[in-house]
Amino acid sequence: MKHVDEYRDQAIVRSLASRLAGQIDRPLRFMEVCGTHTMNIFRFGLRSLFPMSLEVVSGPGCPVCVTAPVDIDACIAAAESKNVIMATFGDLVRVPGSRGSLAESRARGAEVEIVYSPIDALGLARAQPDKLVVFAGIGFETTVPTVAAAVMQAATLNLDNFCVLSLHKVMPPVFSRLLTGDHRLDGLLCPGHVATIIGRQAFEPLAADYSIPCVISGFEPVDIMQALVQLAALAVSREARVVNAYPRAVDEFGNLRAREFVNRIFQPADADWRGMGTIENSGLSIRDAYARFDARRRLDLEVVAVAPSSTGCRCGDVICGRCRPVDCGHFGNSCTPVNPLGPCMVSSEGSCAAYYRYGGN
Amino acid sequence: MCLAIPLQVIEVRGTTGDALQPPSAIVTAEGVRQEVRLDVVDRLPVVGDYVIVHAGFALHCLDKQQARENLELLEQLAAGTDETR
Ligand code: SF4
Repeated sequence: MKHVDEYRDQAIVRSLASRLAGQIDRPLRFMEVCGTHTMNIFRFGLRSLFPMSLEVVSGPGCPVCVTAPVDIDACIAAAESKNVIMATFGDLVRVPGSRGSLAESRARGAEVEIVYSPIDALGLARAQPDKLVVFAGIGFETTVPTVAAAVMQAATLNLDNFCVLSLHKVMPPVFSRLLTGDHRLDGLLCPGHVATIIGRQAFEPLAADYSIPCVISGFEPVDIMQALVQLAALAVSREARVVNAYPRAVDEFGNLRAREFVNRIFQPADADWRGMGTIENSGLSIRDAYARFDARRRLDLEVVAVAPSSTGCRCGDVICGRCRPVDCGHFGNSCTPVNPLGPCMVSSEGSCAAYYRYGGN
Repeated sequence: MCLAIPLQVIEVRGTTGDALQPPSAIVTAEGVRQEVRLDVVDRLPVVGDYVIVHAGFALHCLDKQQARENLELLEQLAAGTDETR
């Protein structure tokens, strides 16, 4: 049994597109909140299949894009500490903080290594026992369990030269922030793998409190189109329910084992979001019991937010769906993937990069 | 970057609690093999099961029957006969 072709079947995608068009009886505006949704909607040309009356905007779903300048500053402070190797996902390296990026500190001599998973960072620590390896932990509910597993393994191995700078974020509080006030959204396309961890029911309070239909979606073209059909049906009949359109990966209560791992290592904390400020309990910090794996405590990182010099980058508005990338004056001129001004152009999952690469408007 | 395609488990390795050799699985799709960690998967898979993978870790396990039901859902979609709730 092989799956790939079925989930990308052109005929199914087209028939779903015509059902979507047939269902919509008024202009609708949906938000997707997942970097992979952003990317795949462009990559598979789904936008050209959306009816004119449907607008799908990207929300704060790209982990690199939502990382606040002050947190990039903390990464830089860590990278420039003595005897440190900073291990990070590639995209983060080029994201500007308030005083430059990790790429610039690397050029000044800091050791910055690109890794693909926290386990690679752990391997680096084992290979270089006389250096302190600091892993820059970005990402949402889906990524956090993998970092928790790495910390657990480091604890079992009694590995003393590995720690995590936790910049992790959780989704429900930022949804609440977005849906408070004037958002003009008729539905949320919810991130599938976040839901794999937190379960369908975790979205219930959002639907109820903000009267907004929510549909949990996978990432393949058929998944996304099918979820949009279901979301349109709910929006048209104004039913603020949470429908799970990704049952092969998501159940009612999520992955309890993964959540147990996360709870053992992390506790809720306030977090800063680019363009949105501090959001209460939207982040995770390392518990006291694992303090020796906490880069903030290991390195005494006290980074104060300074107002970044204004570049006119509108990423903060882009990730809240308040403007489209093409509404930014820099887009395609002074800001391109080769010379990015803001994180939404740096990350391959950012909307500015997707618009640039695939020509959106 | 999320991958929504279930990958089939062809081998299970390692032992729970062994930090040097933690449980992992060899998974395959379209002839590509990959080793994934099983630390945080909701249920430990057996050979033949399918897993949903993120960043080198299995997050969710499906048995053959569940994976087949999923494909049937797709076939119904193709036929336009599903009951969208
Ligand atoms: S186009 Fe560049 S400067 Fe403008 S919002 Fe996007 S990343 Fe920022």
